[in-house]
Formats: sequence, C-alpha cells, structure tokens
Amino acid sequence: MADTRIKDAEPPALLKLQVNEPHAVAGHAVEGKAPAAIREFLNKRGSGAAGDGAFGALVLACALSILGIVVLILFVLIQQSKLSLHAFGLKFFITSAWDPVMGDFGALPFIYGTLVTSFLALCIAVPLALCVAIFIMEICPKPLRGPVAFLTELLAAIPSVVYGLWAVFVLVPIMRDHLGPFLVKFFGWTGLFSGTNFGEGLLTASIILSIMILPVISSITREVMGAVPVSQKEGVLALGATRWEMIRIAVLRNARVGIVGGVILGLGRALGETMAVTMVIGNHPDIAKSLFAPGYTLASVIANEFTEATGDLYLSALIEIGLALFLVTVVVNTIARLLVWFVTRNSAREAR
Amino acid sequence: MKLKLMGLVATVAFGALSAGAQSLNGAGATFPNPIYSKWFAEYAASHPGVQINYQSVGSGAGIRQASQGIVDFGASDGPMTDQQMSEAKVKLFHIPTVLGAVVPTYNIPGVNAELKFSGDIIADIYLGKITNWNDARIKAINPGVNLPDHQILPVYRSDGSGTTYIFTDYLSKVSSDFQQKVGKSTSVRWPVGIGQKGNEGVAGMVRNSPYSFGYVELIYAVQNHMSFGVVKNAAGKFVKASTDSVTAAAAGAAAHMPDDFRVSITNAPGAEAYPISSFTWLLIPLQSADPKKGEVLKDFLKWMLANGEQQAPALTYAPLPKNVALKVAGAINYLK
Repeated sequence: MADTRIKDAEPPALLKLQVNEPHAVAGHAVEGKAPAAIREFLNKRGSGAAGDGAFGALVLACALSILGIVVLILFVLIQQSKLSLHAFGLKFFITSAWDPVMGDFGALPFIYGTLVTSFLALCIAVPLALCVAIFIMEICPKPLRGPVAFLTELLAAIPSVVYGLWAVFVLVPIMRDHLGPFLVKFFGWTGLFSGTNFGEGLLTASIILSIMILPVISSITREVMGAVPVSQKEGVLALGATRWEMIRIAVLRNARVGIVGGVILGLGRALGETMAVTMVIGNHPDIAKSLFAPGYTLASVIANEFTEATGDLYLSALIEIGLALFLVTVVVNTIARLLVWFVTRNSAREAR
Repeated sequence: MKLKLMGLVATVAFGALSAGAQSLNGAGATFPNPIYSKWFAEYAASHPGVQINYQSVGSGAGIRQASQGIVDFGASDGPMTDQQMSEAKVKLFHIPTVLGAVVPTYNIPGVNAELKFSGDIIADIYLGKITNWNDARIKAINPGVNLPDHQILPVYRSDGSGTTYIFTDYLSKVSSDFQQKVGKSTSVRWPVGIGQKGNEGVAGMVRNSPYSFGYVELIYAVQNHMSFGVVKNAAGKFVKASTDSVTAAAAGAAAHMPDDFRVSITNAPGAEAYPISSFTWLLIPLQSADPKKGEVLKDFLKWMLANGEQQAPALTYAPLPKNVALKVAGAINYLK
C-alpha cells in the first residue's frame, strides 16, 4: 500500500539515491570542517558510520532473503515434480486429461479455470471497487466517510472459508433460482449461459472471488486518490470543470498507475484463492464455454487431492500443478506490470 | 498447499524427534480417527508410560510415511497395492480394525419414500447414462414411488478419500463399464457431476440442491440423521446400511480372506450383507526397527481385539465379526 503511494508522490529513482547517499555525504562533512552541532550530538549518542553500515547490511539481507525464498520455492517445485516433468514434458500444460486411476495427467482444465475465474472476478470487482473508492473519497459526506471505509476494509478481514460457507448457503441458491434464469433470459444468446444451471460453477466462483478482492482494490485506490494534491483538483474546478470532470481529469488520471497496482494485487489474491472457490466451483476438470458449467482451479485441485494422493507419479503431478500455478502467477503479473510500464511511458511522453 | 506441506514437514519432524522408548507415532486415515483416538487414549491410561500419537493426515500420506519408516505405524482405508508393497522400505502388514460403509443419499422434492438402488443403476448415474429420475430402471425397482421427470445432479467427493475408494471399488465390481471408464481410486475422473469437499460438502450440496444424488459415509449419515437409500446386495436382497449389516458383509467375506488381510469386501456374499462396506486397516511393520516398539504394538493389537472392539458400535463403527477377529489374533503372533 505504502509502496504505491510513494511511487506516485515522488519519482522512485530519486528515492533510491536518497537512501544510499546520506552516509557518504556525512563522511565528507566530517572531513571538511568542524561538524555541525547536530552531528556532534548524534556522534555523542554513539550512532555513526558503523551503525549505518550494519543497518544497510541488515536491510540488504532481508531484501535478498525474499529473492532466496522465491528461488527455493521454484527449486523445490521443479525437483519434486521431476517424475511428472519427465513423464509428460511440456505436454502437461496443454493436455486436459486428469485421471489418477490411469496415471494420465494434464493441467489445462485447471489453468483454464484459474484464468477464467480470476479475470471474470476482476471484470466484476474493478468497476465496483473504483466506484466505492470514488464515493468514499469525493462524494460521501465527511462524517460517513470513516464508517463506510471501515466496512469495506472489514470485508478483507473475513476468512475465506466463511466466504465459502456464505456462498454455499446464500449465493448458490440465488444463482440457481434467480440470477441464473435472469442471465439465460437476457444474455442466453451469447452462449455463455447455456447448459443446466446447478447454482455452482465458474460464474458463482467468480462472483465470490470478486467480493473477496474488492476491498483490496478499493482500499488501495482510495489511498492513491487521497495522494492527489488538492491544488490540482481545485485548479481543474477553477477552470470550470464539473465534479465528474474533476474526478475524471484530476483524480483518476493522476491515480491511474496506483489503481493498476491495486488491481494487480487483487488479481494475485484471485489467482491463489483456494477454500472459497473449492466450495462453489463444482470441482470438475472440464473446459466448458458455459459459465454455468462446473470447473476446477489449480489451487483447488492441490487442496483437494494432495493428502490422499497415492503413488509417486500422482503426487509429482500435483506438485507440478503447484509449479503451473507459480508460472501462471508470474506470467500474469509480468503482463500486468508491462501494461503499467507502457501506460506510464506514453503518458510521460504526452506530458513532455 | 503451503499449509499442507508445512503439516507434512511438521509430522516428519515430530516423528523423527520423539524417539522415546515408549512413545509411538502413527499417521493415516481420517475415517477411523475418532475411534483410534479413543483407543489410544484408553490404552495409554491403562498402560502407564506408553503413549501412542496418531495424526489423521489421510490414507495416502499414512501409507507413504509408514512405508518410509517416518512413523512407527500407518493406517489406511484402502489396502496398499502390490506395487506399493514391493516399493515400501519398511515391509508392512495389514491389520483390519473396524468397518465402514458408504450410503447413497438424495434429495427429490415430493418423494419421502426410502428409495431402492442397485449397483448398476448407481454406476450408470455417475457415468451419465441415467440422467433422469424418471428413468425406467429406477422406476422398475421402486414401484409405487412417483418419481419426477427431472434431471439428476450427481454429486461426488472432490477431495481424495477412502469413501470414494470404497464407493468406486464397489461400482467397478458391479459394472464393467464403470471399471473401464472410471476405475477405483481415492480420487477418480468422474464423467459427470459436481464435486464437493468432504462428507459435509457432499451432504450440504445434496440437502440444498433439489434432484441431486450423492454418497456419504454411513457414520456421517447416522450422526447427522440423514435419510439414505437401500442398496441391492450380491444375494439380490435390498439391505439398509447399519453396523450389523456391515459386520455381516465382513463375515460373509471372511471365508475367502487372504492371509495378509488385503481384501475388498464390497459386494460381499450373504443375504444380510450390505454391499458397499470395507475394512479399515492399521499398517504395522512386519519387523519394527525398535523391538520395544514392536512389543508395544503387538500388545496394543491384542488389547484392541479384547477390549477395543466392544466400543465400536457406540461410535457407529461396525466391529470385526468373530471369525475375522480370531484370524487377526493368530496373525499378530507373527509380528516382530
């Protein structure tokens, strides 16, 4: 959260320089002439070059440990799935067989389910989260602002199994008896809502996912919007813009990069979410065009089958599913980051 | 996944660390966990200085950990395959302890009668061949029941489980089509239907979804007062699952019991036998790495036959029939 705000407030390159430089600058000052009073005071307290170096090393070690953990995860995933990698090769990622009895495994239906539910969840959650954030920051009466913001953030604190239970007992019947028939009646022509609607399936999973990622996206959007200077907003208003135009030109345009950052975080949560999705997606490894059809995600199949997996190849295939999830997350995040990079590069050129 | 892996690591670490002479570690099936916990607690209470820890991590993990010698004994709802037996570092012996059963459950609005099913009908529902409650074959064995003209929603266990193993083992025996297209395992590739996690997931889905059909463990159904269907057994009789009819299935199968007790008793002979029944096994090393631990395990098994079995019906587990218990008592002597 803080990361995106800083990025928006000041250019990151400058920030880095500031972190590295003070040590050197302080050294020069000491060599030159008599140290300033404040330096003398700090020296007396015992903090100095040694403390600076130690702190730098500590922070560096912490930062590198993240890299180390990621490499270790990748290494273990590849090493443990060696058997399956040898048996199926790259075909594993593009075949749709998943038959523990015959020992034939492929990850495609799971990758498909993960991507479809995550993107559908984003399609539902992003507009909603933006509206919530705009309402809280710009339109909501001041006294209500705190409570409403608190309520949206409360959504993030609910455990995913509770979301799952709620979905099973509330969302699934609504989906089966009301929302499903409505979609068939008005959008049946798209072919996305064909087949029998049992209340569970890709669409239900996407809806529950969208509710889960909404607070993440909206709270980050809110933070970023709050960082837009008031002077800019007032400037736009002074030029005769309406309130909507002010939000569009001054707020959303300035906060664009931060909002995309929030969306990426939400996407990350959607890709890896396990429990709530497992409870309502139907757990059937098929690639179906209809959003009513049951599906399966990468995270769900691991959660479902890992404990009782008998046989080395089966276990190895499940770990390779974990590897697939890792790769999907990396690829999707990379694409999203590249998107942000393109957008900011173009806007920088426009500004010039 | 991370949590599960961590759990596994914790189990491994735990198993390796506590090598006290009288402290034993076991891991495996979740289905018999309630009665195993009770047995181990009571055995420890009557045998001071002995402690038996049991972790219900699942049959698959139980087999893996016991074959690698990570735990002192394992437990499984399905017998180990020949391949697993030959690859195991620690040679294991199957000791049947109690029995479980799987029952068909359904939700058809307007039908309160207890429905009858046969193995081939259940198999064809899950193969997608019987798709409507109004099907002529279901009607034929349920005369007088007004079955609606509505699509069946088959519900299955999405998590790997002994329940699915017993169920698919039975269906593979009664339907060659099911055996070829699906087969038996703790998780299989179901041609149709919706998957739910755990007995509670399947039961909840069936309760909430009109016209659905699912399968759950007998104990779960009894403890939650669910209604369930009767199933036609090998003798052609329709039998309702109960601890008695399940024990009857084991007694019927005892005649053909192999010496290593690795036997499936689904579709067992006998007029009273409930067809979707199975043993659950403890996996005991033929030769324990620590002789003292081997002695404790042998003593525990004897205690189980003498005292433990009587407690089973109270927890809705079916106890071993007399002839099987006698055979087990003889086999215990060969363990070292």
